Amino acid sequence: MRAKYTFQTSLRGLSTNRSRSILTIFGIVIGITAIMLVVSLGAGAQQLILAQVQGLGTQTVAIIPGREPTGPSDIASLYSDSLKERDLAALKSKANVPGLKDAMPVSFDAGSASYGANNYQVSVFGGTELMAEMFDLHPAAGSFFDKSDVESRADVAVIGAKVAEHLFENSDPVNKNIKIKGRSFRVVAVLGATGGGSLFNFDDMVIMPYVTVQDYLLGVKYFNRIIVEAEENADVSIVADDIRITLRDSHNISDPAKDDFFVQTQKDLADRLSTITSALTWFLVAVASIALFVGGVGIMNIMLVAVTERTHEIGLRKAVGATEKDILSQFLLEAVLLTGIGGIVGIILGSLLAFIIAFILSTFLHINWQFIFPWSGAILGFTVSTLIGLIFGVYPAKQAAKKSPIEALRYE
Amino acid sequence: MSVAENIIEVENIKKSYHDGSVSTSVLHGISFSVRKGEFVAIMGPSGSGKSTLLHVLGLLDSPTSGSYHLNGKDTSGFSDIEVAQIRNKEIGFVFQVFNLLARTSVLENIKLPLLYSDVPEHEWDKLARDAAEAVGLSHRLEHSPSELSGGERQRVAIARALVNDPDIIFADEPTGNLDSKSGKTVMSIIQKLNEDRGKTIVLITHEISTAQHAERIVKILDGNIESDQKVAHRLKITDEYVK
Repeated sequence: MRAKYTFQTSLRGLSTNRSRSILTIFGIVIGITAIMLVVSLGAGAQQLILAQVQGLGTQTVAIIPGREPTGPSDIASLYSDSLKERDLAALKSKANVPGLKDAMPVSFDAGSASYGANNYQVSVFGGTELMAEMFDLHPAAGSFFDKSDVESRADVAVIGAKVAEHLFENSDPVNKNIKIKGRSFRVVAVLGATGGGSLFNFDDMVIMPYVTVQDYLLGVKYFNRIIVEAEENADVSIVADDIRITLRDSHNISDPAKDDFFVQTQKDLADRLSTITSALTWFLVAVASIALFVGGVGIMNIMLVAVTERTHEIGLRKAVGATEKDILSQFLLEAVLLTGIGGIVGIILGSLLAFIIAFILSTFLHINWQFIFPWSGAILGFTVSTLIGLIFGVYPAKQAAKKSPIEALRYE
Repeated sequence: MSVAENIIEVENIKKSYHDGSVSTSVLHGISFSVRKGEFVAIMGPSGSGKSTLLHVLGLLDSPTSGSYHLNGKDTSGFSDIEVAQIRNKEIGFVFQVFNLLARTSVLENIKLPLLYSDVPEHEWDKLARDAAEAVGLSHRLEHSPSELSGGERQRVAIARALVNDPDIIFADEPTGNLDSKSGKTVMSIIQKLNEDRGKTIVLITHEISTAQHAERIVKILDGNIESDQKVAHRLKITDEYVK
């Protein structure tokens, strides 16, 4: 029989039992909807994370003290004091790291900041004047501290929008003194609100020269990070290698396995985060696939019922010249049409839900979330749903094709 | 009479059914032949094996042993595809219970065998309309079977059996579910197909009045041929529906 008529015959078979057909594909619709949703949201989350990581610049390299953690329980990286001033000097030497444009040491602290009777819990970020450019920070009032402030270990602070709001309420913070750990710091600038959803939330931060943080707050001589900015045209991985060699030399390490620091490029970080989000996405896809399997069994069940119900029709078709293959194709196509339609409905429903979620996240929660139509999910979903029709349709269709015409015609 | 003129040639056909360990023999070695263009009625009480014989002749079932030549071809060892092609092109069936597709128009029902044929698609509509005209149903083409009377439904089934222009039409108790008036119409149509178009007809019935439309009556009893006789006073086509 011509394909066109097999198609028409199958479609007619489905439409005579319309409500049953609709109920039957529910399992498939739900499964595909879930897959589309998971893949779309996974892609959205990945995009969001990568955008933030790459926002720091692809030429940025972070040097972190301690051994690279080998697992979640490995805390070797904490409390490490391996990065010191002489490392910074070694790195800045063109002979050691030719691709280096600039390097910024970083020190972290946290504590309570106060102004008058107001207190606010803040994170203290010690850096250099390079910070403003590296993190794209723009003071709403005042101006960022400069190189001379860093060299003179000045007691100056740039404060985040929330810090200003809590400590100063409606008054102007610039040139007023705040207190952290009993020491006074002059506010030189206030940052504009950056909002949530960023890797670093500067709204709750107080930024100072790193030496000020080291000497007056922490009382230490080491850094928590060194952030290196590579030259525009430099290959970041070569810069990272040069950094490793320089630091090993400076720390007298010959065996790379005994490194007391590790170097992380933005690409490393992006790759690692991508791996995590994709692993999570595919795990959820696997879970959603259970619904598809259950849906497939439902299809098989209904097709078996349909074959029994239509025994007469099968007998008649054989009597007027249908081959076993004709009958097989007719019932197989019915199953594939069922699941294929279920797949398409699921794709539409899943993307619609993902779109609505993206809309809510970006409009009402102000998260920079983009709706991504998951082509991979759509192709996968459609392929899998039609495959399910094929796999779970074969058995009932074979039962139909095998029926002897007289048995079928005699069937009451 | 030469073998070449025999469209149906069966020799020592036996058929038995196995249900677990129990074996039931239905046909005990039947031999007979049907000439091209002949109208044969097979009669017998229920359980005599006449339906089984018709199923074997119509290639809906295969005999346990014996040989069956249809149109000069040995039917044993035909593949599924070959059997399907013969059922499609050379044989037309008319059943007691009509076996029309529900929710499908008269015209589409008549076209059904064409779907499985190699007849070019653009000829389908004309062939189906011609077949409908031959049974006097041209005015009912777009109706669904549920809107038709029993006699009309059987006429649709005859048109369907006719649409592929087969050599033989097998009719299994075609009037069994009809009132006498509709039954007469249906039998007149079948007889006309035989007389005017030269179709070979093999008809199963248990009513002698129906069998009288045929040229020859083969009586079956307990799986054997009891008698095989010419009809002395064959009925004339009388029905007013048939032009």
